[in-house]
Amino acid sequence: MASYTVTHEKAECLYEIYERKPELKHQTHYCPGCGHGIALKLLARAIDEAGIRDRTIMVSPVGCSVFLYYYFDVGNVQVSHGRAPAVGTGLSRSLPESIVISYQGDGDLAAIGTAEILHAANRGESMMVVFVNNGIYGMTGGQMAPTTPLGKKSTTTPFGRNEWTDGPPVRMSEILNALDAPVFIERVGLGDNKQIMQAGKAFRRALDIQVKRQGFSFLEVLSPCPTIWKLDPVDAQRFIREDMAKTFPIGNLRDRTKDALSRPAPKPAPPIAELPRILELTDDTPEEPVATPSKPLDLRLRIAGFGGQGVLMLGEVLAEAGLEAGYNVSWLPSYGPEMRSGTSNCHVRICSDPVDSPLVSNPSVLIAMNEPSLRKFLPSVEPGGMVIYNGETEPPEDCRRPDVRFITAHFTALADSLGSSKATNIVMLGALLEAEDLIEEKYVASALRGKVKSQRWLNIDFAAIERGREIACPV
Amino acid sequence: MTAKPDRGRVELDSQECKGCGLCVEACPPKVLHLSSHLNHYGYHPAAYDGAGCTSCGICFFVCPEPGAIVVLRLVAA
Amino acid sequence: MKAQLTKGNEAIVKAAVLAGARAYYGYPITPASEIAEAAALYFPQAGGVFLQAESEVGAVNMLYGAASAGVRCMSASSGPGISLMQEGLSYLAGAELPCVVADIMRGGPGLGNINPEQGDYNQLVKGGGHGNYKTLVLAPSSAQEMADLTAWAFDLADEFRNPVAVLADGYVGQMMEPVRFADPIPVAPPPDWAVTGTAESRKNLITSLFLLADEAERHVRHLESKYKEAERKYTRAECWRTDDAEIVLVGYGIVGRILKAAVELGRSRGMALGLLRPITLYPFPTVQVREVGKRVKAVVVVELSTGQLVDDVRLALNGSVPIELYSRVGGNVPSAEEVLGFIQRTFMQSREEALIHG
Ligand SMILES: Cc1ncc(C[n+]2csc(CCOP(=O)(O)OP(=O)(O)O)c2C)c(N)n1
Ligand code: SF4
Ligand code: SF4
Ligand code: SF4
Repeated sequence: MASYTVTHEKAECLYEIYERKPELKHQTHYCPGCGHGIALKLLARAIDEAGIRDRTIMVSPVGCSVFLYYYFDVGNVQVSHGRAPAVGTGLSRSLPESIVISYQGDGDLAAIGTAEILHAANRGESMMVVFVNNGIYGMTGGQMAPTTPLGKKSTTTPFGRNEWTDGPPVRMSEILNALDAPVFIERVGLGDNKQIMQAGKAFRRALDIQVKRQGFSFLEVLSPCPTIWKLDPVDAQRFIREDMAKTFPIGNLRDRTKDALSRPAPKPAPPIAELPRILELTDDTPEEPVATPSKPLDLRLRIAGFGGQGVLMLGEVLAEAGLEAGYNVSWLPSYGPEMRSGTSNCHVRICSDPVDSPLVSNPSVLIAMNEPSLRKFLPSVEPGGMVIYNGETEPPEDCRRPDVRFITAHFTALADSLGSSKATNIVMLGALLEAEDLIEEKYVASALRGKVKSQRWLNIDFAAIERGREIACPV
Repeated sequence: MTAKPDRGRVELDSQECKGCGLCVEACPPKVLHLSSHLNHYGYHPAAYDGAGCTSCGICFFVCPEPGAIVVLRLVAA
Repeated sequence: MKAQLTKGNEAIVKAAVLAGARAYYGYPITPASEIAEAAALYFPQAGGVFLQAESEVGAVNMLYGAASAGVRCMSASSGPGISLMQEGLSYLAGAELPCVVADIMRGGPGLGNINPEQGDYNQLVKGGGHGNYKTLVLAPSSAQEMADLTAWAFDLADEFRNPVAVLADGYVGQMMEPVRFADPIPVAPPPDWAVTGTAESRKNLITSLFLLADEAERHVRHLESKYKEAERKYTRAECWRTDDAEIVLVGYGIVGRILKAAVELGRSRGMALGLLRPITLYPFPTVQVREVGKRVKAVVVVELSTGQLVDDVRLALNGSVPIELYSRVGGNVPSAEEVLGFIQRTFMQSREEALIHG
């Protein structure tokens, strides 16, 4: 008796029976002669040979490729049309030990999903992408794909694909080959035995890059779709060889497996106890009991000026000082184009009661760092309130209010005399602290120390506070 | 005298086969054919002529169905 | 931990890391960009992933991947970006994947502007993407709540295996207030449904595709039952001085804060006002609104949109109480005075009319 041993059989990483399939559980859903079946088989074999079934995660988007999870006994994630490379990114970044394979059709990858594939490739994501190019939308019944050859009829190009209205076919392998990061790019065909055997090798190579964690590998597969092409399976193979291959030349475009480095393993996560430090939630100042406010306060402050005058910073220092003094505080900036176009303002509240609204519509104090700010906000200052105004001269006639207390000085000149006009905001802070009995100075000093790291600047700032106090000192 | 045994042999699952004919076309020694009978689904399934297989594996790779063809090789006569 | 002056947007990120989030995928947009910037700083140091995606479409699908892997993950954006994420949110809900997305609302439609607005209410609370699903939506109104509700959002996302949105406006995102953060929690092992590239998880499948009608109906009913459960368990609202109020003001986010000031100011002038501030927008605090509605003469809804929140208040009250809407948009945020002015005009006038005609 002659004895025989099995050399080719169904791959182990494929389910014996396709239980997830609603019916005909021992057949694929592909049409007779469909290239998807062959690509699937080559991929399955490559997974078996690499011995990575347990680590593999298959990402299948929409198209005739959608049901890979019927067949592959690996981890499966089914996704939306075109987005598989983004989903694959999310998987592989969090699971560096896994082998992520995205398997996409040409409509999926080269039309709706161009942004996702391009950027995943450009980031060199650890992922193998199988790009099944059958030149048509199979699943939806034969509409034009970005890869449909010129002149070819489809249900949405009834007169043939027209260069002037539809553009010529998109060559994804060539496009991706313009990027630096991909390690491997090859186009194979399923047009005859030789091509299929060559494709098998390319599948193994592209997958091997994943096993070695070298980065991104891309395999374009020219694949027959006999049903939509309306060709019998043998003629569909010939169409691949004689037609498709003219538009999409078969061959390796890039193979950098020799020089590509393995992606460095991610750094181990720090212990949980380290997180507060990492998040800058611990401070090294000695633990002090939270101060009890020395008196009731309801400060509603608006600070306004042009960008770069330290409007927001002054607000932050006040809010921080208020917090340290035991008050409830809030700080709300103007933001956005205003910040860029030159003006800037913020709302600060420091109060004994919880802050209801952080918006200050009627400030009890306005710090106006220039004339336009004064003009804009003066009318909103509450009667009996105060304005600290940075002006070379007294405010213009139309910017005065008898029911509001004014402290006007050329604060910028004062700051200049201390060494930097940048300290204008702090001189004004000094004036405010002197004029209104708000917060003990030690809290302001401590807040400043928290914000200003250079000793030189701190010295200027402390001098600035003193200078401001002198200005506001009642004569 | 007994004939020398074939180098290979194939087993075909006639229920999984979709009768596409790719294996028939691809087999170098042409030892596969589509049967005249219909399988359960109405396809003419591929079948082995019964002799002449070289165990090259080509039919296995061109077949779009993952489990329709099993190829075996002679180990001992 | 002691209270620290923290920007709302940063509070989201810090709270997320403390709550065990280890993947952030996003795309910059004002006024949410600080979230991406803080995430870029902190997530990698915490052993997590930060990636600036090619678009919000990319970002939300990266969340789909990270969530499939069983990792607590998040993104953030503002109106235009959230519009792009809607496809992904529908898929995430359909595939029962947890994630957290913060929407720091700006003006719309279209490019609108970057000022605070609340025009994304409908697109998040009412769905936005296709199909029968819901996004759970939480509405912080302070920096502290940005932190607390973000942490809660991760728990809710895991409990319901569904996306949860933290819906704030530009002001809540940009303002700084003292925040007391929770202690860090360790990263939980991936749930048993996750696909993690291991032998144990090999049989797992993440999908939103259900081909057969019966199978699909069963799935949608299952989703529906989760939403019903959320509605039973988790409606939250802050009711403030509503016990003896004749008119209750309803508003969320920054508006809730302004309305609190309006209530105080109004009361100082002898008006019996109260505040109901929805904290969960979906599930909507219908019960709380009804309860308060029983006692008051009228309800005034104030929102930075042209009448989105008010629809839910109307549904909740079902005609039992008169409802007035005061709306500002474009980045105009009403002051407490302005709201009081509206109330005075609306109700005092009708009282006069009642006197004349009644
Ligand atoms: C957003 C979106 N638009 C459209 C579709 C419908 N759709 C499903 S598959 C498909 C085309 C798939 O073609 P291709 O990627 O070439 O794969 P094939 O079916 O040819 O293998 C389309 C347009 C969808 N599912 N989602
Ligand atoms: S339509 Fe084309 S691509 Fe889709 S299964 Fe049939 S032959 Fe294959
Ligand atoms: S193994 Fe080779 S020789 Fe044998 S049937 Fe298949 S193709 Fe023909
Ligand atoms: S290639 Fe496969 S499916 Fe096609 S006829 Fe041969 S055995 Fe059948």
